[in-house]
Amino acid sequence: MPDAGGARLWIRGGRVVDPAQGLDMRADVLVEDGRIAAVGEGLAPQGDSGGAGEGGRVLDATGLVMAPGFVDPHAHLCEPGGEHRETIASGARAAAAGGYTALCAMPSADPVVDDPAAVGFAVAAGRRAGGARVFPAAALSVGCRGEQLTEFGEVVAAGAVALAEGKAVRSTLLMRRALDYAQSFGVPVLGHCEDPWLAEGGVMHEGVVSTRLGLRGKPAVAEETGVARDVALARATGGRLHVQRVSTAAACRLLRRAKNQGVRVTAEATPHHLLLNHEALEGYGTEHKVDPPLRPAADAKALRQALANGVIDCIATDHSPRHYDEKEQAFDDAPFGVVGLETAFAVLHTELVLGGVLGLPTLIERMSPGPAGALGLPGGSLEPGRPADVVLLDPAHRWTIDPSAFLSKSRNTPFAGFRAVGRAVRTLVAGETVWSLED
Amino acid sequence: MTAVSSAVLMDGDAVERAVARMAEEIAQHVKGVEDLVLMGIQRRGVHLSDLIGRALAASGHGFVPTGTLDITFYRDDLMKIGPRPEVRETRVPPTGVDDRTVILVDDVLYTGRTVCAAMKDLTDLGRPSRILLCVLVDRGGRELPVQADVVGHSCEISPAQRIDVLVPEVDGDLGVVLSAGAPNEPVASRPPR
Amino acid sequence: MSASPKTSPPPPLGKDLVGLEPLSASQIALILDTATPFKEVSTRRIKKVPVLRGKTVVNLFFEPSTRTRLSFDFAEKRLSADTVHVASSDSSVTKGETLVDTARNLEAMQIDMVVLRHWSAGAAAFLAERIPSNVINAGDGAHEHPTQALLDLFTLRDHFGAIEGLKVCILGDILHSRVARSNIYGLAKMGAEVAVCAPRTLLPAGVEDMGARVFRRVGEAVEWADALNVLRLQLERMRGGFVPSLREYNRVFGVTQERLARAPKPLLILHPGPMNRGVEIDSAVADGPHSVILRQVTNGIAVRMAVLYLLAGGAPSAAESEAARA
Repeated sequence: MPDAGGARLWIRGGRVVDPAQGLDMRADVLVEDGRIAAVGEGLAPQGDSGGAGEGGRVLDATGLVMAPGFVDPHAHLCEPGGEHRETIASGARAAAAGGYTALCAMPSADPVVDDPAAVGFAVAAGRRAGGARVFPAAALSVGCRGEQLTEFGEVVAAGAVALAEGKAVRSTLLMRRALDYAQSFGVPVLGHCEDPWLAEGGVMHEGVVSTRLGLRGKPAVAEETGVARDVALARATGGRLHVQRVSTAAACRLLRRAKNQGVRVTAEATPHHLLLNHEALEGYGTEHKVDPPLRPAADAKALRQALANGVIDCIATDHSPRHYDEKEQAFDDAPFGVVGLETAFAVLHTELVLGGVLGLPTLIERMSPGPAGALGLPGGSLEPGRPADVVLLDPAHRWTIDPSAFLSKSRNTPFAGFRAVGRAVRTLVAGETVWSLED
Repeated sequence: MTAVSSAVLMDGDAVERAVARMAEEIAQHVKGVEDLVLMGIQRRGVHLSDLIGRALAASGHGFVPTGTLDITFYRDDLMKIGPRPEVRETRVPPTGVDDRTVILVDDVLYTGRTVCAAMKDLTDLGRPSRILLCVLVDRGGRELPVQADVVGHSCEISPAQRIDVLVPEVDGDLGVVLSAGAPNEPVASRPPR
Repeated sequence: MSASPKTSPPPPLGKDLVGLEPLSASQIALILDTATPFKEVSTRRIKKVPVLRGKTVVNLFFEPSTRTRLSFDFAEKRLSADTVHVASSDSSVTKGETLVDTARNLEAMQIDMVVLRHWSAGAAAFLAERIPSNVINAGDGAHEHPTQALLDLFTLRDHFGAIEGLKVCILGDILHSRVARSNIYGLAKMGAEVAVCAPRTLLPAGVEDMGARVFRRVGEAVEWADALNVLRLQLERMRGGFVPSLREYNRVFGVTQERLARAPKPLLILHPGPMNRGVEIDSAVADGPHSVILRQVTNGIAVRMAVLYLLAGGAPSAAESEAARA
């Protein structure tokens, strides 16, 4: 169903959930010139004319939820250097299929995104993609080698929205300098908070399951130590720290205390850490090999509580495409990572909302204004004047997750065969449909 | 034995009489029992070889060393059957088998395949000067050119029937039973037919 | 002619031997029982039986090994198998070929069994799922080394008559040891009491939850146990900082005659080899009257012959057609 670009578009008859404005009501949404013009009852023309007579079009959203499009603070799009796994275009379209209208692309390409040209390439490729908006993060240090800071000013001017190393910054001094220096440019530092010595060589959580399987473990204390260090640095510097993919109860406790004390820290958690635990590794399934590792059920439970009460600000997919033969290896040899853009809302809605852990408005908050706020990205609200980045959700849609149907080039998901309830059925970026289940 | 219809071919007394006669025949076959070794084929051949050994001693021929042979490793159908049959003991008496007359003892002679396997096994254990075959029942139906030197009872039995030799140590009774019905092989150490 | 109504029992072992964790006590007992007659074969003048005649067995060793490789090699040869040895130095792995590609290539050469030694835990299970040949795990990372534990069990049963109720303490680097894991599973399944004794740095997380009692000092272990299984302390553990020095390790955790003298009863001493004399075990103990270390080596061949024999069994479908023909 083509939309009339530039003209008026009414989205009619749905339940509008916009946590940023505190809205949860039956309403219509009016889009003009790619921006939200109004949200209210009875805005849309009635009848079956499709709005043609009013100089626009009408989208019927009866039975659907209208929400600000999801924002993923953490995705790996593998381009350049890993185009067999994902490209910026395929990743942006996969994101749109999951209800995402924006994502932050990690600098983990090959070569790493550590200069303005590489950032500019990602921005341009994102614009051409025709899916979710792509906001690149730049490497914190040159080549992610942990020695010399990248030119924050240059990469931010080229469009980088954050700085990320993709691994623990081993030097405490370099991390301090990054948190200090980034303040001049108003961008957050995305922290992979982990003690590299404690975590060294670990391929799963250190516990009774790793002992049984004979796999080298990463202890929970590696994350606790890393979060404690980086939170202390954020407090000392006043810099903005966003803690990536929290996985342990101990880290949640540290974050709660830091937030209570006014430290400028935000945090994200992934669907797999929220829903799965280390027992899934029995049988050495590499589709469960993620970093940080899946933790015991008690940690996952603490993570869900932290998500519900806001200690965890947002959901991140940590979308990490892997070619099938990379995962088709002995466990130690297989790379970490799972894809998540196309499954995040469905699995979280099924398990957390229908499971009674949190309400739909809270989930939407953690997937849209939460991450947008954490990374300072546009979007996250249906407030008039904002870009019309909208997702239409069908909370009753029943489907089985089938990796072969993914728009992503990769299939490495731990949720294959998952029976989900709820799905994004249409995604609009700047008022344009970039993905629809009907097509 | 729970076979539908079965007939006792030999009762305990008949078996004992046959064993005594077989012992005498063995003694006649060889010139004295000094270099004799009895090797019973697992499983019931072992018990029969004990009976024959006792019969030889009882009739004044003296003590004959006995050993056991498990022919599982030498079965020509080992890779065709599954699951793996249980392997029982192979025991060569301290005298060894080199340059000795070895009496292979089994309960029933049928296709000849068990005997063939037993001879391969035996020749890997040493080099007997002579091998004789002694069976309680020869039921005919040979698939290999094998014949027994000493036989307790001979008969032609249809392939649809089966012969079971009972020994007290395994079956609680001594005798030979002929039964109709499926000729399945309950004894793992003999090749199924 | 209809097949016997009495269906044949399921195959005693599956297609593969990946570890002792998935086995039942009766399956372990079957392997041990089967090993007894195979032990006799190695005492024959002609140490060879035609059990695996015409079968091709590939020993695929991604990690260096002398003992396990030799033991498997002897076992295979005494069963008349054709054996091919592929070691990490000449394997394509160094050229970046993945395990599954190496295995598929071997498979394409119509092999029957693979004995796999690999540095990565789970490698044997990985391979077993992907190729139709029988796979025997000869050690995968720190996961399992089932045939070593089976020969340890065989040796214990041989000496004590039974495993049930025995108290066995495994001493040494439990953290990195696949032998320890397989032994813990095997001993527990066979009804023994299991303990481990090591410096805390060499104990894996949650080992108590695997059913093993933990002793912090050798003295306590010696007082409690009937048998000690002493593991090799890899010299690189010192460089990894797990223990400060070999001298201190020997002084605090080494199995010495003085320590054993304080035991209420003589303890049977096992060691999977190769030994570091003067580190985890003193020569006087290793060569002493209660050491069964060389018997373990002898038994290893018999146990491996039993495993090869049991796994090489014909497919159940072949058994059925045989029964139907009978």
